[in-house]
Amino acid sequence: MATWPILSVTTFLPLVGAVFILLLRGDDEAAKRNARWVALWTTVVTFIVSIFLITGFDKSNPGFQFVEDHPWLGGTIRYKMGVDGISLPFVILTTFLMPITILSAWHAIEKRVKEFMVLFLILETLMVGTFSALDIVLFYVFFEGGLIPMFLIIGVWGGARRVYASFKFFLYTLAGSVLMLLAIMAMYYQAGTTDIVKLLTYGFPREMQTWLWLAFFASFAVKLPMWPVHTWLPDAHVEAPTAGSVILAAVLLKMGGYGFLRFSLPMFPHASELFAPMMFFLSVVAIIYTSLVALMQEDIKKLIAYSSVAHMGFVTLGMFTFSNEGVQAAVFQMVSHGIVSGALFLCVGVVYDRMHTREIAAYGGLVNRMPIYAAVFMLFTMANCGLPGTSGFVGELLALISAFKANTWVAVFATTGVILSAAYALWLYRRVVFGALEKDSLKSITDLETREIAILAPLVILTLLFGFYPAPVLDMSAASVANLVAQTKAALAPAKAALLGVQ
Amino acid sequence: MTLNSLMPVLPELVVVVGAMLLLMFGVFRGEDSTPIVEAGALVVLAIAAVLILMQPSAPAELFGGSIVIDAFARFFKILILIGAAAALVMSMPFWRNHKLNRFEFSVVVLLSVAGMMVMVSARDLIALYLGIELMSLALYVIAAIDRENVRSTEAGLKYFVLGALSSGMLLYGASLAYGFTGTVSFAGIAAAAKSPSTGLVFGIVFLFAGLAFKVSAVPFHMWTPDVYEGAPTPVTAFFAAAPKVAAIALFVRVAITAFPNITLSWQQIIVFISIASMVLGAFAAIGQKNIKRLMAYSSIGHVGYALVGLAPGTAEGVSGVLIYMTIYLAMTLGTFAVVIAMRRDGGQIEEIDQLAGLSRTQPVMAFVLAALLFSLAGIPPLAGFFAKFYVFLAAIQGKFYALAVIGVLASVVGAYYYLRIVKIMYIDEPAQRFLPMPKPVAIVLALSGIFTILFFVYPGPLVAAANAAAKSLF
Repeated sequence: MATWPILSVTTFLPLVGAVFILLLRGDDEAAKRNARWVALWTTVVTFIVSIFLITGFDKSNPGFQFVEDHPWLGGTIRYKMGVDGISLPFVILTTFLMPITILSAWHAIEKRVKEFMVLFLILETLMVGTFSALDIVLFYVFFEGGLIPMFLIIGVWGGARRVYASFKFFLYTLAGSVLMLLAIMAMYYQAGTTDIVKLLTYGFPREMQTWLWLAFFASFAVKLPMWPVHTWLPDAHVEAPTAGSVILAAVLLKMGGYGFLRFSLPMFPHASELFAPMMFFLSVVAIIYTSLVALMQEDIKKLIAYSSVAHMGFVTLGMFTFSNEGVQAAVFQMVSHGIVSGALFLCVGVVYDRMHTREIAAYGGLVNRMPIYAAVFMLFTMANCGLPGTSGFVGELLALISAFKANTWVAVFATTGVILSAAYALWLYRRVVFGALEKDSLKSITDLETREIAILAPLVILTLLFGFYPAPVLDMSAASVANLVAQTKAALAPAKAALLGVQ
Repeated sequence: MTLNSLMPVLPELVVVVGAMLLLMFGVFRGEDSTPIVEAGALVVLAIAAVLILMQPSAPAELFGGSIVIDAFARFFKILILIGAAAALVMSMPFWRNHKLNRFEFSVVVLLSVAGMMVMVSARDLIALYLGIELMSLALYVIAAIDRENVRSTEAGLKYFVLGALSSGMLLYGASLAYGFTGTVSFAGIAAAAKSPSTGLVFGIVFLFAGLAFKVSAVPFHMWTPDVYEGAPTPVTAFFAAAPKVAAIALFVRVAITAFPNITLSWQQIIVFISIASMVLGAFAAIGQKNIKRLMAYSSIGHVGYALVGLAPGTAEGVSGVLIYMTIYLAMTLGTFAVVIAMRRDGGQIEEIDQLAGLSRTQPVMAFVLAALLFSLAGIPPLAGFFAKFYVFLAAIQGKFYALAVIGVLASVVGAYYYLRIVKIMYIDEPAQRFLPMPKPVAIVLALSGIFTILFFVYPGPLVAAANAAAKSLF
């Protein structure tokens, strides 16, 4: 066990970098360059620090590790941090992707570079904090605080309809979250504590669980997002700058899934069981409906955004089977989707930086001038539709297996989503990359430069690595997932026994 | 009565005597004395604050129990002094720029502060009325202090007429309460009113109507936008800060100490005006173009949120109100510092559109204002979130679920108009620069910004102080 607060350092180091950038004077090229380098180094060092979390992590321990506990708001609301096998993958995912997004914005962001980097670093602090908070009020502060930087990132650096998209993003998520806040207060009042570790074993009255579950659902369903409250996502994705889209798809959406795993499932098992059919239904609708919608899109980013909603459907499908495979699938699918969708948005960013359009029709035949790009884009497209050998396959397969055990029809419908995802992804790829290079504007387009290769290379490696050898993620989360599933089942067992007794 | 027994009200005496001395000084020396009177007023406020901090923590009663100096009163007196001092500091450059050399302003502010200090210490209906009237009369005067300006005099007159009406209602309610309980002291009323009688309920309704007017809660809010818009901006800043805090304090003390046995009778009133204020504040502010009117509706909404904490009638709730008002005071003063600094060669600017692109012309000012606006909207980790957190926590504990749900949803609607200002500052194309911010105003803005942004780092002391102050009422 380490003696220094690794988790707090990981969380707040980006904030230090942000303060440092704020102190930089001037607005000239030199200041911009400094801001970029400070942001890059801060995120790289943060990532290196977070590696200590992996090396010091005891995989066999299902409980929380690296726990820090200090008084904060008085009373029982404390500054308590810690990670277990479910949250650690997301912490690492965040710290791993941040340097990549900073690099991707290197030339794409030319105006107000300082502010952009500051907001990104603040966002990193809030994201890491969300995944490692062990006090439910502290969790809410991190969770909700992320709205401010993201609102500004979309609003200031976004595309033509950025104002509309940023307001929609902010108000949608806020409306969902305030209800969760009330539920948090009700839990505090009922259990007399805000400590997540204690709340996990508290056992709320069944009546109350239903209401609390619905309030948390309002927040996480919007954040994830689930059909039918997903409509903010395509707008936000399309208008956000590339780096913003990457973070949004790769990390912010995962907060919703993480929330379900951390709170809804273990704290309100009865309500989760009660609402599981609804969750299956919404997941299947999301998988099929948004896949169909994705087929019709003419904007590359919008297509990927809809495919994100569909992929999140597999996540909710897996976790509400209450089985080991299902929950593992959810965690793995979220990590994999974080890498793959982030990479896809980076790929869109690459051509957007050159052509300044996201219209699918504006492209075609890129393979002729951009062979490396075509290969990379191909890999991530395949991963997106779940080709074996890529990380996308593992999560979907596990989710479908678990769904098959729980409910055959759900699995059948969900599987059609896999076919649909292949349809829209391959069709997109064909229209953008293959064919003859006819458009004059594309005649002089250049292939990936060194910086872009450096950004995409680690993602390529991880996609393939996790496709062939998913053990690093699965092992990390195994003990905690098993514990979560066992706990949920144990809470449900007496109720089932009573029910059987009556019959 | 010996001189020594007056010790507990020494801060009030300092303020009143200070006001008199400064008035004499100003009258004899004429208008040139304004800077000295202003400095003197600040010194008086500072001395009063130090004296309050030095008072023993045990509660002290005076004048046959009319006045009590307890932790609750001390907490609010400090807030009032801070609010008044900040408004005075911000007014100094404003008067210079507008060639308004009125030393009376500082004197009248001191007198209104004395009234507020009596209000928060009042323990019977007589002291309550004395405090309110001393404060109100002073406020009517300073609303119209720019007497050659039609808007300012109109604001003063409107405020006076409606204020007189509300004082009448308050008095009527007080007389009913006295008539049906036979006493004016809050403790006596509490002892006599074990069950709600029709006459007493009428008394409560009128009393609360008068108080609702003073805190500008719906449906007695109509004066607020007009007075806020018409009064000179530093006066508006003062109105939004200290008097509001004092009136809320009085509201809490009356409800909790005079009617603790018939809570059901007044809780529904509080729930109604709280919901009405939150909802109206959220929706009515959306269409505003003038930033002072917008702040008026915002303050109406915030009073609604503060009253959410009063509705359960518990110590936790009162503590929530105290925290809310402290944070509200800081946020409001900071926001008005920006409004005062919105100045170009042509004079004071009040249109929200003119903030366009402020993040590029004056980035620091825009950054702090954005933080204050997000805080007013109640987004964590800024101070405004914790303010809302504690009052809603109390509402949930008191099982006021509908109130809490409507409240948080209203806060989402309210977030829209705060976001609109952020959008104008950060996304729109820059308008002309404002003149540089005067030093005193910048200091107020900086302090309020630091408090709002960094509150989450070390919130313990304020929460503890508010808890202690709230306990002294129970």
